Amino acid sequence: MQLDQLYQEIILDHYKHPHGRGLRDAADPAARVGEAHHVNPTCGDEITVRVATDGKVFTDISYDGMGCSISQASASVLHELLRGRAADDVAVVHEAFVELMSGRGQVTPDEEVLGDGVAFAGVARYPARVKCALLSWMAFKDAAARAGVGVSPTEVEA
Amino acid sequence: MTTIAIPEGMPQYDDVPRFDVATVRADFPILDREINGHRLVYLDSANTSHKPRQVLDVLAEHYARHNANVSRSVHTLGTEATEAYEGARAKIAAFINAPSVDEVVFTKNSTEAINLVAYAFSNASPRADADPRFRLGPGDEIVISEMEHHSNIVPWQLLAERTGATLRWFPVTDHGRLDESGLDDLVTERTKIVSLVHTSNILGTVNATARITQRVREVGALLLLDCSQSVPHMPMDVVDYDADFIVFTGHKMCGPTGIGVLWGRAELLAAMPPVLGGGSMIETVTMARSTFAAPPARFEAGTPPIAEAVALGAAVDYLSGIGMRAIQWHEKELTAYALDALATVPGLRIFGPNVPVGRGGTISFALGDVHPHDVGQVLDSLGVQVRVGHHCAKPVCTRFGVPAMTRASFYLYTTTDEIDSLVAGLEQVRKVFG
Repeated sequence: MQLDQLYQEIILDHYKHPHGRGLRDAADPAARVGEAHHVNPTCGDEITVRVATDGKVFTDISYDGMGCSISQASASVLHELLRGRAADDVAVVHEAFVELMSGRGQVTPDEEVLGDGVAFAGVARYPARVKCALLSWMAFKDAAARAGVGVSPTEVEA
Repeated sequence: MTTIAIPEGMPQYDDVPRFDVATVRADFPILDREINGHRLVYLDSANTSHKPRQVLDVLAEHYARHNANVSRSVHTLGTEATEAYEGARAKIAAFINAPSVDEVVFTKNSTEAINLVAYAFSNASPRADADPRFRLGPGDEIVISEMEHHSNIVPWQLLAERTGATLRWFPVTDHGRLDESGLDDLVTERTKIVSLVHTSNILGTVNATARITQRVREVGALLLLDCSQSVPHMPMDVVDYDADFIVFTGHKMCGPTGIGVLWGRAELLAAMPPVLGGGSMIETVTMARSTFAAPPARFEAGTPPIAEAVALGAAVDYLSGIGMRAIQWHEKELTAYALDALATVPGLRIFGPNVPVGRGGTISFALGDVHPHDVGQVLDSLGVQVRVGHHCAKPVCTRFGVPAMTRASFYLYTTTDEIDSLVAGLEQVRKVFG
């Protein structure tokens, strides 16, 4: 296994220059806000994801956390991909990302749907790192549910 | 490095016992493996050690030739299995200089051994006829330290919850040493047990226990030493250490998984109520009540890990054949070499003692702000196996303000070449994440 399949340039870019990092208050005081804090107990990585929504669109997704390059880059990609999108679209992307990560490297990702998320295809071949990649996505799902918006029916075994 | 001349008449460095590492390495089949196209560099022996052919052969031979249950058969195989199992107990007793073979209780691992003691306290506490040394209640105190493995924290937290006793702990200094400055306030007449790690699995610190033992004796408490990271690496003499209990695990000392040891003073084990009930631990059973066997059988309910115990006996023979003094010295030299070599890596911060004194061959570090997962992943791509994460010692990570650490740990088969591979690998990490 070549290391650069895991640490693709896109992942390292997101890690070194994360997009949308830092927890923010909702711009619209009437927005529904949900927040979730997830921990990876095997390594101690942590992430907090906060969403603001009007019930249809995720007007903001903000996050803060500490962890490895995979977990932090994944949060940055999540922010980039899902912020400002309608809940229906978000559910499709979320499911595609979870499917990719659960696919043990056998799933070919659709760049149309996943954007920079396709860079994580290599991570799926490292079972020990799948949890890192999914940490922010699972926190996002919980935060969205707390804001009253369901985004993914998929439960994942990592 | 400066060379220090040792005065004549004193033990010279040349006098220390040594062994040939290449010969030892040839005993370990796994060391021939390649990982990701590279020679295996295994620097994770604090997690689990590898097993020499001599141990693997005994394990296979036991099942192939002597398999039977122990302590209950008159037939030949049963007798052979029992003799092998009890023979292993005798080897282990001799290895740690236990005054009596009956002081060696086989468990699954160190975790189970610590839990066994904690549950003996738990079971004794509500009974007015139990030995008062094992009775806990509100106002009583249990003392541990901030540098414990979770296995020496959680069982005591749970015991404190069950009994109403209070859990207290020694802090850790900035250099990763046990902070004994508050010893007299921490260990008092209220203390019932002090349970302390002897060698830290994360910082590598070897704790000097003499002052603590003295204080424990003054106040009439009991002392348990978690020797999981000591017994594999140095000579251990339970009489010399003057502990009440020690625990260790087989798989970290060239033995198989699934076998560990609780050593306890005979009169203490005799005073402890049973923990697991079942076959082999009884004296007599009626439908209404039972009476219990003497230790160690009292604490070994059910069919024990027979083959694993026998193989651990073989591991003890193997280690004794090389010599624990020689192994200790080999690791001391490796540790000195590694501390010097790691000091050359820019941005590397060592957690724990940075001199090879009062520490073992387990070194945890941070490389700049590169996350340990990423460090470990790049090293793995080069065949270098280290552990990353919180090492089941989260309070230590918290103490040093990091979520995780990277840890390299050495054993008798480790070479300085392997430490060079680690250092070269860390350069590669810096390239990827620099």
